[in-house]
Amino acid sequence: MIPMRSRVFTHVVLAVFSFVALAPIVMMLFTALKSKEELAAGPFKLPTEWRWGNFMDAWSQGGFSTAAKASLIVAVVTVVATVVLSVIAGYGFSRFEFRGKRPLFLFLLLGVMLPTEALVIPLFYMFDALGILNTYWALILPQVAQSLAFGTFWMAAFFIQAPSELEDAAAIDGCTPLGTLWRVWVPLAKPAITTLVVLIFMWTWNEFLLALILVQNEAVRTLPVTLSFFQGRYISNVPLLAAAGAMIALPVLILYAFFSRRFIEGVTGGSVKG
Amino acid sequence: MPLVIYTAFAFIPFAATLVLSLYDWDGLTSPSFIGLSNFADLARDAVFRNALGNNFSFTIFYSFIPITLALFLAALIADSARLRSVRIYRLLLFVPYVMPMVVLGVIWRWIYSPLSGPVNAVITATGRDPFPILGDTTTALPAIGLVGTWVMYGFAMILFIAGIQKIDTALYDAARVDGANRLKRFRFVTLPGLRNEITVALIVTLATALRVFDLVFVMTRGGPARSTDVVAFYIFRTAFNNREVGLGAAAAAVLVGIIFVASLVILRFRTSES
Repeated sequence: MIPMRSRVFTHVVLAVFSFVALAPIVMMLFTALKSKEELAAGPFKLPTEWRWGNFMDAWSQGGFSTAAKASLIVAVVTVVATVVLSVIAGYGFSRFEFRGKRPLFLFLLLGVMLPTEALVIPLFYMFDALGILNTYWALILPQVAQSLAFGTFWMAAFFIQAPSELEDAAAIDGCTPLGTLWRVWVPLAKPAITTLVVLIFMWTWNEFLLALILVQNEAVRTLPVTLSFFQGRYISNVPLLAAAGAMIALPVLILYAFFSRRFIEGVTGGSVKG
Repeated sequence: MPLVIYTAFAFIPFAATLVLSLYDWDGLTSPSFIGLSNFADLARDAVFRNALGNNFSFTIFYSFIPITLALFLAALIADSARLRSVRIYRLLLFVPYVMPMVVLGVIWRWIYSPLSGPVNAVITATGRDPFPILGDTTTALPAIGLVGTWVMYGFAMILFIAGIQKIDTALYDAARVDGANRLKRFRFVTLPGLRNEITVALIVTLATALRVFDLVFVMTRGGPARSTDVVAFYIFRTAFNNREVGLGAAAAAVLVGIIFVASLVILRFRTSES
């Protein structure tokens, strides 16, 4: 039994540090609901009147509807493509023997460690030559490629520890390897796949450097880059900036609220294993 | 198919970065091979050295402070880390890590702002003049660094809490029977048990510190007087604004080299310990 004193102490320590983690974000939310004059009166005061209109103003003045569409398209296509390809590749690596398997695996491992900075210069000139600079593809293709390395490892790690008897049973029932994968493994791998979905969504949604460099026109610009330009124009209107920031963070935060265990499992488990 | 995408949009760009680093190229006319001259130029370039130095300073804020802090907290709460109620704190501590960096940059830029920011509200409340924290060469870098600390300590704590939960409780009981106090239990049970988690925390936080870009871009653009300039920003300016593509690629190659070597050293260290 853990002594009461030590329990209370643990709670106090963790509560203090959780408070510090959240305070800036909560303050931003309150600021987003204030008027400029109210904010000037003091940053710690609660808003006297909750101005939800700030969100509407920020949304329309910052051109966030176009950006939201771009972010959504890029994130959804990247997530779907990466997850499908990772499941197939992870399954292939864990269940089949083929020549050059180990070197190929190491070759992919390199991808987990490659920072975007090491890719972005050639990507720019490559996409320019292909004529896909300033299109969704310029953001989707490299992000699928980068996330695929992690995704393949993540799925392979799952398949390796999964029991293979089920597979034999399915084979006897006349399932092809792809059929087995789809009918037997995908349902079983649901938690691992969910983790992959939320992680890749988070990475893609938050991505900044690629979107800043590979896309120059407003029609395709994603939310984080749009926010950075919006900040340049409305530097003194903090409530509007805070409202814009809150809206951009909202989808990730909602996803996190529902799947926090999967997020944490992915970030801790994924990296500890690898 | 997965391998084709990975090769085309991750591996080839990486290889191309390495090749480009040996060329002098303005992005338009034909490139000319100049061997290792770009690297020699980087070594002589005070701007690059300053940027790299700032990245090293950021490692203190992104890596060493959060990991030390999280280890200290892990030691304090090791006895009760298994409680179910600890879960809620895990959820809260992780929130900054899932948020888009650009949004965090907008929030913290306001927090440090001399006009309506909370930090300066406290400073002026004590009767002093408002101070431009991000506009001063001595305070700008630590101010951004502390944002890194704020994001990373939750990440490290979650890793360590998860790690402690995996340590066999019998080890703690045995240590207690042997009369080991809290400090000794930390040194001989918790610390060795967290070896994998510490390794991961070091690799992830160091790589993040060496790659800082979003926060600097949003909060200071590298200023004032390049006091918060970083390598990623240097790459961006050199390759895309100044059109010195080869030099930018060389800087990217140096960055990747440092991240790889640091990761290998940390992994080496871990295996030699166990």
